[in-house]
Amino acid sequence: MAIHSKPKTSILTGKPSVHFTRLQPTRGWVSLKLGELWRYRELLVILAMRDVRLRYKQTVLGVIWVVLQPLLAALIFAVIFGLFAKLPSDGTPYLLFAYTGLVGWNYFAGAIQRSGESLVNQVSLITKVYFPRMLIPLSNIVAVLVDLAVSLVVLIVMLIIFQVFPGWQILSLPFFLLLILLVAAGAGLWLSALSVYYRDFLFVLPFLVQVLLYATPVVYSGSIVPEKWRGLYALNPLVAGIEGIRWAVLGRSIITWQIVLTGGIVAGLIFLSGLFFFRRVERGFADRI
Amino acid sequence: MSDIAVRVENLGKSYTISHTSGQLGRYKTLREDLVGALSWPLRRLQGKRATTKEQFWALRDVSFEVKHGEVIGLVGRNGAGKSTLLKILSQITEPTQGYADVYGRVGSLLEVGTGFHPELTGRENIFLNGAILGMTRSEVQSKFEEIVDFAGVEKFLDTPVKRFSSGMYMRLAFAVAAHLEPEILMVDEVLAVGDAAFQKKSLGKMSEVSKSGRTVIFVSHNLSAVKQLCNRGVLLSSGQVKLVADVDTVINEYLSNRESSGSIIDFTNYNNIYGNGELSVLSVELINAVGNDFVQPWDKPLELKFKFKVNQKLSNISFAISLQTLDEQDLFTVRSINQFNDGYDFEPSDEIKEVTVSIKHQLRAGYYTMTLGIATGNYSYFYRPMFARLEILDVGTDEYRFNNFGIVNCEAAWSPVYTTYSLQGEKV
Repeated sequence: MAIHSKPKTSILTGKPSVHFTRLQPTRGWVSLKLGELWRYRELLVILAMRDVRLRYKQTVLGVIWVVLQPLLAALIFAVIFGLFAKLPSDGTPYLLFAYTGLVGWNYFAGAIQRSGESLVNQVSLITKVYFPRMLIPLSNIVAVLVDLAVSLVVLIVMLIIFQVFPGWQILSLPFFLLLILLVAAGAGLWLSALSVYYRDFLFVLPFLVQVLLYATPVVYSGSIVPEKWRGLYALNPLVAGIEGIRWAVLGRSIITWQIVLTGGIVAGLIFLSGLFFFRRVERGFADRI
Repeated sequence: MSDIAVRVENLGKSYTISHTSGQLGRYKTLREDLVGALSWPLRRLQGKRATTKEQFWALRDVSFEVKHGEVIGLVGRNGAGKSTLLKILSQITEPTQGYADVYGRVGSLLEVGTGFHPELTGRENIFLNGAILGMTRSEVQSKFEEIVDFAGVEKFLDTPVKRFSSGMYMRLAFAVAAHLEPEILMVDEVLAVGDAAFQKKSLGKMSEVSKSGRTVIFVSHNLSAVKQLCNRGVLLSSGQVKLVADVDTVINEYLSNRESSGSIIDFTNYNNIYGNGELSVLSVELINAVGNDFVQPWDKPLELKFKFKVNQKLSNISFAISLQTLDEQDLFTVRSINQFNDGYDFEPSDEIKEVTVSIKHQLRAGYYTMTLGIATGNYSYFYRPMFARLEILDVGTDEYRFNNFGIVNCEAAWSPVYTTYSLQGEKV
């Protein structure tokens, strides 16, 4: 991999020249090269915008799907789990309760699904041009933020309809969204890199999303999990993320500092390990994809 | 540091070819690896190796230097390692051994239209592709007019490129790439796009770039382009540097063993939908090929040898070859039946028969496609459109150079200039 250095002076002008790169084999673990990632931030935005544009081109209803899909899902959950199964919703209308969970969940599911398959869908970007490969999965994580923004607007409308007004806790909402984003980015980096080597991970992805949906308090309340299991339950960082959003918006949740702390640490680990793993294996992408 | 732009030292790249998986370059599945790992001790006991793995060196011990402002051409046959070298220098893949030092910002152009998306409009694709190639938004903005103008697609800027003709698509893609301005530019075979007029325009643009003092590393099969653009050349052969010298010496060396091998296209896997298996074509060989590609110098006749088998008694057979430009304009057709020849008659047999045609042509350098048909009257036994892409090379003779435009070279005789009328208009 390349070693970049700020060199002495330019041969042509005598002014400090742009840069020197040594291309050589690398072994073992390598630096994250965050500086380079920063230099390419414009491309990250452009790739994300491309993704957003493509998603809404040639759809008749366009952005309405983003509104409709979680609303219908929330409605179904409200009828089945709230009305028929009579699961608790911690004193909030079940529809609002389920929708609040789905806001965070849909972002997560959309982000890992799209970023997970991003590399294998972009072969020519990998074999024909160089830029930090990480931008490919990360741009999907960014692109799905547009959907998140739309669903947050819908959430505000619902809060007004249901006459529920968040307290000061709402200030913590960005933190919990960030936590979910970190988990999605970390998982997306892992899955996208692994699927370059083993296409099996493309099949693992939907299954993983499904399993996680049951292991996360999206359609049900975290309060139905017995207290003694909650320590273990909190190892799923999405528990902190989703219950955190509920706490921030609805003011009621099983959330505790322990859950937030555990979730935060696990999310950080997933994200960091994703970054390092991706950097470790990306050198082989062009040869293997 | 001196005036070096790129220094390549003992660079090597190897790939591991595993012989058990059968299909080369196929991705692994987790199952295969897991099964492989689990059954390893067992196979070990039986004294078998897990897989026979073989190292294949696409590049080995490659060393050369490129100075700032030099335009260097990489020349070699298919598989000589040109593209691999360019991929390493563009940081797309890592070398296995050695290193390359690059002084300056690199822009690489291994394909035109990387990242283009058919659903996006021309305008959107320009910005997207520019960013992917390493231009900032403001750089693209400032060159936007120029790019659009060069490609000639003003009217279609807000149309999705999927509605573009393939020519327009390629022109737009090339136009974005041509306006890239890095200190060191790497170009791989991107001039072969579009029609003849556009190829000429692209070549002009490339020579503008190469004269602007930028360092360019250039790969092309189009030797006349290499000759026109580059001042130095590197000849690669089987992954190794054979010669580094001025571009004429390198091209001459490359062409000097052009007689060595013909180029053969295998037809046995071609699914011919004509006829009822009366006859099967096995292969076609380009006799005057340069190396093992379908490439030949312009000053040699176009000689093709067909191998075929006859399965039924056939009479009055004729062969026809036609040549097209890349935009599918037919240039000529030659048939084996004419005022001098009757059709061929065959008895069924297991023997392989061959027939050779030598076509005296006047084609200038460029890309063409060839079509083969075999028939009796209106009944076709075999038809294969565009079975090969043929490249005609300019080898730099004077005869070629003085007739310098168009598809064909014509011999012409011009008279001296006579005066036939006086100024007063009286007949002299």
